[in-house]
Amino acid sequence: MPSPTTAAVPPAAAPVLPRARRGTAALLTERVIEALVYLCGISAIVFVFGIFFFVFKEGAPMLGKLDFTEFFFSKNWIPTSSVQPQYGIGALIVGTLSVTFLAMAIAVPFGLGAAIFVSEFCTGKTKETLKIVIELLAAIPSVVWGFIGLSVMSPVIIAVFHVPVGVNLFNAAILLALMSVPIMVSIGEDALKAVPDSYREAGIALGATRWQLIYRVLLPAAKNGLLAAVLLGVGRAIGETMAVLMATGHAVNIPGSIFDPVRTLTATIAAELGETSHGSPHYQVLFLIGVVLFSITFVVNLAADFIVKGIRKK
Amino acid sequence: MFTETPFIRKKKRHEIIAKCFFGGMAAAMVIPLFLIVGYIVVQGAPALSWEFLTENPRSGGAKGGIWAAIVGTFYIVFFSLAFSAPIGVLAAVYLNEYATENWFTRIVNLAVVNLAGVPSIVHGLFGVGAFVYFANFNNGKKSIIAAALTLAVMTLPVIIASTKEALSAVPRQFREACWNVGATRWQTIWKIVLPNSISGILTGVILQVSRTAGETAPVMLTGVATYKLLDSTGLFLYHPITDQCMALSMHLYYIATQANNVPPATPYAIATVLIGVVLIVNAAAIAFRVYLRSRKKW
Repeated sequence: MPSPTTAAVPPAAAPVLPRARRGTAALLTERVIEALVYLCGISAIVFVFGIFFFVFKEGAPMLGKLDFTEFFFSKNWIPTSSVQPQYGIGALIVGTLSVTFLAMAIAVPFGLGAAIFVSEFCTGKTKETLKIVIELLAAIPSVVWGFIGLSVMSPVIIAVFHVPVGVNLFNAAILLALMSVPIMVSIGEDALKAVPDSYREAGIALGATRWQLIYRVLLPAAKNGLLAAVLLGVGRAIGETMAVLMATGHAVNIPGSIFDPVRTLTATIAAELGETSHGSPHYQVLFLIGVVLFSITFVVNLAADFIVKGIRKK
Repeated sequence: MFTETPFIRKKKRHEIIAKCFFGGMAAAMVIPLFLIVGYIVVQGAPALSWEFLTENPRSGGAKGGIWAAIVGTFYIVFFSLAFSAPIGVLAAVYLNEYATENWFTRIVNLAVVNLAGVPSIVHGLFGVGAFVYFANFNNGKKSIIAAALTLAVMTLPVIIASTKEALSAVPRQFREACWNVGATRWQTIWKIVLPNSISGILTGVILQVSRTAGETAPVMLTGVATYKLLDSTGLFLYHPITDQCMALSMHLYYIATQANNVPPATPYAIATVLIGVVLIVNAAAIAFRVYLRSRKKW
């Protein structure tokens, strides 16, 4: 693959020939377009800072009035009380973490297993078809997943596990698992593809079975890429909104079992922002939750990116 | 001839077990998809009709169709891609054709990766802060333009990534030949690089149509109302700056969780339409990709 940088350097012009000069207009156009391209090029940086700035700006007035120990660790989220509103997001953080953790407990083995299957056992048409199906799985909108949780999975969970409510931690975790599997499969498959075939051949030559080849050769060789795949799945699960809003039961609650309803950070913002007035304490606290979410996913994505870059360098 | 030793038999057995094991894991992810989509389509089919698609909702969504939501979704997708596609393509041109390998380029790339990982609800908060209140298109109220811009920021990194991939697939010799006949950098990009990568760029943009159409959380904060009708005769009656609109994704959320007296088939029918839109758009993009790969010139 030609590296982008070498491709971008124009070759030095041959100096001996007398050259026709370009018109001023042509040169001007060139400069204007270059400036425009440069502006668009840095837009991503502008927007990342813009997101942090605007979300922080809307929430900032509340910073001085908030007790941070209470904010992060109290489980009392009573923002609409007229007497004494309480803004403790402890239960919401626990809700987000528990849903994410349970979802990953389901998605990691299945996602990586599917990645191994696609990369190591499938060839040609089967592989293409499977990849397309998994791509389609990724394209289903989150609100449709939420609807599936609400009206398809919920009755099934009630019937199978004999629990009173079907919209709960378990329901949302299954949805999130299905939603984060595609990204794990595609990144995980890339990681496995990056393992040189000579490793596989050496393993087979030593008489290793498929199991041994996968556990002793492929997984250790691709472990960074697979870790990045898992981290990207985690990032997606933490940030997911509509599916968890509809399928967790949306009750502020520290879950005691996997069939308890919970509430997540994302769902709280989505459900409550529309009912707050601009500039009220409740509104500002919701933006501070946004800052917390932004920071968590920023760190997770940064970590995943560094791990992926580390592999490329090797 | 070799005979099967017990060792070889064991290896073959392991091979089959491993294949079934991992195949089962892949199947466990794929089969539920088909079952669930099939179930939704079967449940929604009785409510689906031409009238359902082309009539405005009535009685708070309980009766009538979903025309207003379809038009609203179209508005949002159109305006958001009108912003994100040109900016995203030019940003990718910058990263692939102009930028040299230095710390600044690395930071730009890092920003693209991180922008892609920002949760959709945080994009929604950004849209509220930046487009609803700061840019103030509609006197501090939600508007179609605010929702479209929010989604444009959201889809931007994905368009940059897919365009970059398409651009870097154009062989370096194409550019060199063009430079050698005296073309400037932009002339080379405009006449050679972009025409040769347009298929890949378009595929990336088309895929964002389905993503934009399905997104709910950011638009419900910035520009989508639960119930905002079009005139029954009108097609283009939403005003992009001063109006909010309905959207298919939000309509499904509203019908499934908040609306009263809705016939049970209606939310399934809306979900079917939404899945149908997404699948058709994605299938078109995939077919496009396969077709263009087959007629690649180099």
